[in-house]
Amino acid sequence: MLQDKDRIFTNIYGRHDWGLEGALKRGQWDGTKDILAKGRDFIIKEIQASGLRGRGGAGFPTGLKWSFMPKQSDGRPHYLVVNADESEPGTCKDRDILRHDPHTLIEGCLIAGFAMGAHAAYIYVRGEFMRERERLQAAIDQAYDAGLLGKNACGSGWDMDVFVHHGAGAYICGEETALLESLEGKKGQPRMKPPFPANVGLYGCPTTVNNVESIAVTPTIMRRGAAWFSSFGRDNNKGTKLFMISGHVNTPCVVEEELGITFRELIEKHAGGVRGGWDNLLAVIPGGASCPIVRADQIMDAQMDFDGMRAIGSSFGTGGVIVMDRSTDVIAAISRISYFFRHESCGQCTPCREGTGWMWRVMERMRQGNAAREEIDMLFQVSKQIEGHTICALGDAAAWPVQALIRNFRPVIEARIDDYVSQHGMAAE
Amino acid sequence: MSVRRLHSEQPESFAFTEENAAYLKKVIARYPEGRQASAVIPALMVAQDQEGWVSRPAIETVAKLLDMAEIRVLEVATFYTQFQLAPVGRKAHIQVCGTTPCRLRGADELITICKNRLAAHPFELSADGDFSWEEVECAGACVNAPMVTVGKDTYEDLTAETFNALIDGLADGNPPAPGPQTGRFFSAPEGGGTALTDSALYDGSVVGKYRAFDREELTPAPAAAPAPAAAAAPAAKPATEKPAAEKPIPKVVEAQGQADAEKVPDQYKPELLEAARDGKPDDLRLIWGVGSKLEEMLHKLGVYHYDQIAGWNEMNLKWVDQNLGSFRGRALRDKWIEQSAKLATGWRPSDKDGDKPA
Repeated sequence: MLQDKDRIFTNIYGRHDWGLEGALKRGQWDGTKDILAKGRDFIIKEIQASGLRGRGGAGFPTGLKWSFMPKQSDGRPHYLVVNADESEPGTCKDRDILRHDPHTLIEGCLIAGFAMGAHAAYIYVRGEFMRERERLQAAIDQAYDAGLLGKNACGSGWDMDVFVHHGAGAYICGEETALLESLEGKKGQPRMKPPFPANVGLYGCPTTVNNVESIAVTPTIMRRGAAWFSSFGRDNNKGTKLFMISGHVNTPCVVEEELGITFRELIEKHAGGVRGGWDNLLAVIPGGASCPIVRADQIMDAQMDFDGMRAIGSSFGTGGVIVMDRSTDVIAAISRISYFFRHESCGQCTPCREGTGWMWRVMERMRQGNAAREEIDMLFQVSKQIEGHTICALGDAAAWPVQALIRNFRPVIEARIDDYVSQHGMAAE
Repeated sequence: MSVRRLHSEQPESFAFTEENAAYLKKVIARYPEGRQASAVIPALMVAQDQEGWVSRPAIETVAKLLDMAEIRVLEVATFYTQFQLAPVGRKAHIQVCGTTPCRLRGADELITICKNRLAAHPFELSADGDFSWEEVECAGACVNAPMVTVGKDTYEDLTAETFNALIDGLADGNPPAPGPQTGRFFSAPEGGGTALTDSALYDGSVVGKYRAFDREELTPAPAAAPAPAAAAAPAAKPATEKPAAEKPIPKVVEAQGQADAEKVPDQYKPELLEAARDGKPDDLRLIWGVGSKLEEMLHKLGVYHYDQIAGWNEMNLKWVDQNLGSFRGRALRDKWIEQSAKLATGWRPSDKDGDKPA
């Protein structure tokens, strides 16, 4: 189990002062000037060596992403954009960073911004996080007043501005190019790639979009070294990670743990165990609503990291673990997720706009059992027509939960249909 | 997506209060010159805070303020569902999170209470006009489920009892304190004590403790030139290279940057073979989507066996994929790892061209 001394977010629960004074005492903003003095390449190399993978869900190596930024500016400014549009059901870690440990993120913005040659960072906070936004702004104001941001930030010679921007309730704006569109004052509809944001991003300028957690861990990685960070977890899955445990556990919580911790240990140690005991565990969505649902027997002893979740046919996502016990109607649970994606589709690509609604309607019939057995395969087939046929990954994200339900809980769906038929004579058209 | 339209009854006019206008001036200054359209969401949000909902005159006012076409502001107002396009309850508009994590912990019950106590349908005003409610798509407090948002505040870890008490409190103008309604400390586990209990984290003893970046062996070659936009070059770097950097980067470099943006570095190169083991390569054409041309390319790269491919991780696959010339994208799309894993078990497709992966 991860020891307290190796936790990066030392005020994630907000038990201590969130402000600058408290942050300084917890060792934040410590030696920032010296870190910057090491230069851009050093910082990028160190982050690459740490094995940090993006914490927003896709797990792309963070240092590598930074290295895509042009080495020299061609006259266009560079931008760092921090994605705090946390809106996927099951995911609620960035909220705690924003409201309780905001200085980790602000210091991270300076270091990351410097490393990619950016003098301005925009933090895109989801519209619903109003108190969090106020808190973040207050922390940024403190940093400006203390000379940690602004002209000659931290006395490093580098000018850095950090601005808070916000959305207004659109999950799709968590997709990086939709976020950029939204930040430019448009509807949040994803852009085609290429060109990638590293070349043509915000206002047509080189831009890197990173998750809050990815940026917020970088100051500590720089202080304690890549070797320290990569001493946690196994190859390809290094470091510590915030886990969010929700659903049918005894004590739901957010907690920072080592990547690769087993599901059983995570739940036992921090979430007080599964409600009603381990025999009562039915299913788990391991990384936020878009990740494929898995059965209890698959996940119980699996390692909670990118490869561990891949090995059981799911995805690690953001580490938002949704636990379901045997009282759960899994079909209803996934149907509600289908509704979520139907609601959040931006409407740009036909397979997603039409498909998400279609899937939800069929899922609702499956929930009642008012369907024919053949329709299960048809649903699977159609979901395959949505997956991979859209500009962004929302289509995929909508298809995966449905596919996984069919893969892992087909007997439940069939039993529901049989029940319905035995009660009503036959499935209604 | 949800289809949203403006309310049938619109007020005559809209104007920002002085205070709000001053605030928006500050907001607009956050964006580069000529990019004031970026402030459209904050501006509409301020309008909503002022009036309770977003009206057509408000949209027109924002368009004028930001020098945008009205249709563009209308698009934004209808796209983002946090904007209320019709009047909401005078005292409170209650937003109940209804997504799966909250449902698992009793959001249904909260919605039933809304229907019984406030209004039969979402967005409908209660009989006295004081309340309205809606079901929202995840408000981001999943570990404190079930929860509702009222205005700027969230009320978490609710039960039927505490939710009823909240509605009573809102009606009396004396709502309970926001946050978890069980006395729990924010997102910490109930009872606490599983993490962050070491007092040494908080007594200032960690300040100056970690200086990993000072290790000698890690000192890199001289740092790259600072970006020319820098008002002052970083202290640690010579400030002499500015003129050179002012020159626009030649097209070739830009194209290179483009390619780089997609390039997977060689550290992800999988283990490759000189030749097939025992001179007997597997028939790679049994992988759906692989024909003789691709097989030849794979052999050239040093890939001969199913188990080789099956052992790759995603980054390995991406590395190989970028070396497939005009076939680039196939390895990922056709899920070679999964296909090969199946083939490596001895399973064979029913068709000689391989089975298309499901």
